[in-house]
Amino acid sequence: MGKNNTGFSWLLKMAWRDGKASYGKLLLFVFSITLGVAAVVSVHSFSDLLKENIASQSKALLGADYLIESDKPVNDKVIGIMDSLGGADAKEINFLSMAAFPGNNGTKLMEVRGVEGGFPFYGDLETTPVSAADDYRNGGALVDATTMLQLNLKVGDSIKLGAVTLPITGDLETVPGSTSVFGAIAPPVLIPFTYIEATGLVQTGSRIEYKYYFKAYENEDMVLLDKKVAPVLDAEEADLDTHLTEARRLGRRYENFGKFLNLVGFIALLLGCVGIASGMGIYVQMKLKSIAVLKCLGASKRQSYLIFFLQIACMGIVGGLLGTVIGYLLQQLFPILLGDLLPVDVDITLSLQSVLLGLSLGLAMSILFALYPLMKTLYVSPLQALRVVQETKPRSKRATTAVGLGIVLFVFSFSFWLLGDFMRSLFFVVGLLVVFLILTAVARFFMAMLKRFFPYSWSFIARQSLKNLFRPQNQTLVLVLSIGIGTFLISTLYFTKDMLLEKAAIEDSANSANMILMDIQNPQMDDVSNTIKASGYPVIDKIPIVTMRVETLKNRHVEDIRKDTTSQVGRWILNHEFRVTYRESLIGSERILEGDWISSVDANSDVPISVSSDFANMAKVTIGDPVSFNVQGRIMNTVVQSIREVDWSRLQPNFSIVFPSGVLENAPQFGVMTTRTTDDQGSAQLQQQLVRQFPNVSILDLKRILSLLEDILGKIGWVINFMAFFSIFVGIAVLMGAIYSSKHQRVKQGALLRTLGAQGYQILKMIAIEYAILGFLGAFMGVLLAVLGSSLLAYMLFETTFTPSWVPFLIILPAITLLVFALGVGNSIGIVKNSPLSVLKKEKE
Amino acid sequence: MSKILKVQHLSKTYRSGEHDLNVLNNVSFEVGSGESFAIVGPSGSGKTTLLGLCAGLDTTDEGEIWLCGQNLFELDEDGRARLRNQNVGFVFQDFQLLPTLTALENVIVPLELRGVKKAADQGKELLAKVGLQDREGHYPSQLSGGEQQRVALARAFANKPSILFADEPTGNLDDDTGTKIEDLLFELNKEQGTALVIVTHDLELAQKTNKSIRLRSGKIEETVG
Repeated sequence: MGKNNTGFSWLLKMAWRDGKASYGKLLLFVFSITLGVAAVVSVHSFSDLLKENIASQSKALLGADYLIESDKPVNDKVIGIMDSLGGADAKEINFLSMAAFPGNNGTKLMEVRGVEGGFPFYGDLETTPVSAADDYRNGGALVDATTMLQLNLKVGDSIKLGAVTLPITGDLETVPGSTSVFGAIAPPVLIPFTYIEATGLVQTGSRIEYKYYFKAYENEDMVLLDKKVAPVLDAEEADLDTHLTEARRLGRRYENFGKFLNLVGFIALLLGCVGIASGMGIYVQMKLKSIAVLKCLGASKRQSYLIFFLQIACMGIVGGLLGTVIGYLLQQLFPILLGDLLPVDVDITLSLQSVLLGLSLGLAMSILFALYPLMKTLYVSPLQALRVVQETKPRSKRATTAVGLGIVLFVFSFSFWLLGDFMRSLFFVVGLLVVFLILTAVARFFMAMLKRFFPYSWSFIARQSLKNLFRPQNQTLVLVLSIGIGTFLISTLYFTKDMLLEKAAIEDSANSANMILMDIQNPQMDDVSNTIKASGYPVIDKIPIVTMRVETLKNRHVEDIRKDTTSQVGRWILNHEFRVTYRESLIGSERILEGDWISSVDANSDVPISVSSDFANMAKVTIGDPVSFNVQGRIMNTVVQSIREVDWSRLQPNFSIVFPSGVLENAPQFGVMTTRTTDDQGSAQLQQQLVRQFPNVSILDLKRILSLLEDILGKIGWVINFMAFFSIFVGIAVLMGAIYSSKHQRVKQGALLRTLGAQGYQILKMIAIEYAILGFLGAFMGVLLAVLGSSLLAYMLFETTFTPSWVPFLIILPAITLLVFALGVGNSIGIVKNSPLSVLKKEKE
Repeated sequence: MSKILKVQHLSKTYRSGEHDLNVLNNVSFEVGSGESFAIVGPSGSGKTTLLGLCAGLDTTDEGEIWLCGQNLFELDEDGRARLRNQNVGFVFQDFQLLPTLTALENVIVPLELRGVKKAADQGKELLAKVGLQDREGHYPSQLSGGEQQRVALARAFANKPSILFADEPTGNLDDDTGTKIEDLLFELNKEQGTALVIVTHDLELAQKTNKSIRLRSGKIEETVG
């Protein structure tokens, strides 16, 4: 017996013929895939473009090819290294300080940058007037343009920095090395390097950065330089930053946010896949008779399967392509939404990689999620063309398992690709699987219970509606699954967004400080305190600070640890100058994880100290381990007595290392003080007075930082909301698809009931009750599972407590129930509007 | 006359819950090339089941069926599909046109499955033969019942089958249209020398065939001709 002689082209032809007549039914599936792919492509492609743009503009961001920096004056060895590199081309000292503007009595915390040499070598030093970029070098200051505007300053006014008063030579528009986000808290002011000493602001406790900028030789290998020089500098407590490492560091800063958005996009895509899977189930069900006829006419199992497989593949390609184009258009909005949060201007281009991503994603997801319903075509008996065949062959268990595994593997691989973390990806996939299984179990349990405790005494309409929920070929499972998963994903997204934004939010209670005064020298402490009290404000905290560096860890010297290439101790521990305080009790942002808190001791034995959990992790120390510190030349032996968890997100002075009272009181120290002002005018007056009396004291106005953070979070929130909206949009499309597909199950029954004399309103009531129950059950389970999922996320990922917002219960749940109800009833109006015969005839088509 | 269809000791039992339902019981008959053959009997007598088995749409463990010289039960499902494509035509009571294909596309499916070049030209000729040359671009929903059955006839004869199975071919049509379809069926049967196996309630139609069997409760009650 020979094979039949059709080729691939016939299969394509048949797929096209059937598809063009069914395009109305397929359009919603293409729509779901399009939106899902658009979400993923837009986010992923934008993240890539951002990374590329940062890389291509890295020299302009740094202002040089590389720099050497240290938080203390560099020693002879570092100077020797710099000389061997050809000597620095420019140098800079920078620190935070209060600036006073005598012309209008204004004050502001600013980032003072004393620059010498031709910096910047790349990027722009943009000023108004343009000539100011050079003029300031002769003894002037370039003041941040926004500050000039806010404080109503003009070129020619004066700026007082510590003991030095300089004329303002121009508005500083942009300068490499100052970010707009940080610049909003402490905007930059550029002055000539030679004036720094005269300001008198370089004192004990001042956080000062010394930077040396270099222009590389032609073809100088930055990677090799980093590899050779960085470890040597590291030993001397200095760092090398090349434009490449700078690009990586900046890239990482945006990575987590990008990953979250990627996940949001992926959720939108998964929602689209739920649509494909549920819709295809019904679509294939409608095609079974045609498949039986094709088999009667001599088409093989493979051929009849491939006709519909090709349709799905084409849908995937079309959806993928459309999604890529829409994703490209969407990307144009991100720079507008994120504004100056982005470190560089991003050129939006459509890359081949995006097109391939969109295409492969559309194709893979549509095929994978349609495979299971498509398998049904293999088991259609040609006998169905002659009569209704109740007996259907069970699907091959091996094939079913393979498809299931394929889907799980794909979802996992894709999550892993997006998140780059095995455990998180596993958590994501297992979470989705559990949701799927729970929803299936709930739908089946609901049907079984309804059957068992069926309310026979209820009215005819109510009974018919309820019976529709468990009759053969009912839609309960498909709709509860698709509505449930959709609602779950949307609600989880909402809860997660809430958690992220809440975690970043700042406490603003009546008793907490809203102004922090830093760098107060020890002899100034009482005077500053008196000034604050005289203005009518309380001194909330007086915090003494002693600077020190780690000398030995578990009796190993930091030099030895630096040389040990196998050491796991973080560089930060070895190089950082820690600001340490001493006190008798814990504060609100701390809790003891291990060990005992010691409030005070005699200075004779090893001092019991408390370290933060981050310090313990990075230094690889635990309770009882000895740590010695170099306290400005004097070695102090301590032992880790307790490990604290510190909530660093609270805007208040927090410390990695806390000493008990009775040890550091006589060490050279400075202090931090906090107060709470009640109004803007009082706050401004106090700041002016403090700057006048104590020019070295820096003041952080938390109210301003709070509003700035709110602004930043608002912008981030916009993007998250925008992407969440996308998911919701896809969810609605999926819902429409599922309901549209389930419609034909109701139509025949409705038309037959009409034939038997049922009134239109009775049929609509029946359908309305059924969809209302399905909508509520699916949406309620979805929100409930989202609460459970979000609690787990809060506990495992965000390490925070979770209080569910009421929004998903009061808005998402009723909205989705109503939407299912409206779509279901709206879709069925045709049954009662038209004659039963025309409805049945149309349905047969 | 060579035998195109040989049915020997055929039985078919369905399992319905806990019980076995014997639908066909030891049925044997033969149909020669170009011969017309009717299977008649009341509802539930096993007529459609017998037709399905003869066309290789279903299988059974008891008995043998030889179609065009092939033992049907030795072939797998795809093998039986190929055999149908090369030798068998079908006409169904409810027409069973593919709703998403036009009249012409429906007719040429069997030809395309065989890889026939210029299938569309042949399809147009066949549609002209059944009087539907001006309806080739219409979808089944745009055609009347009689027109749909004529398209089905054109499709059934498209691959010049050795045997044509017809399940109540006029059952869904009014008398006038039914008669026209019957005439067309026998005309094509004669013209192409195709053996015709018709399942029908209609005794008048059965009388037009060369031979017939009457089934009752799965057994042959009477053989005529």
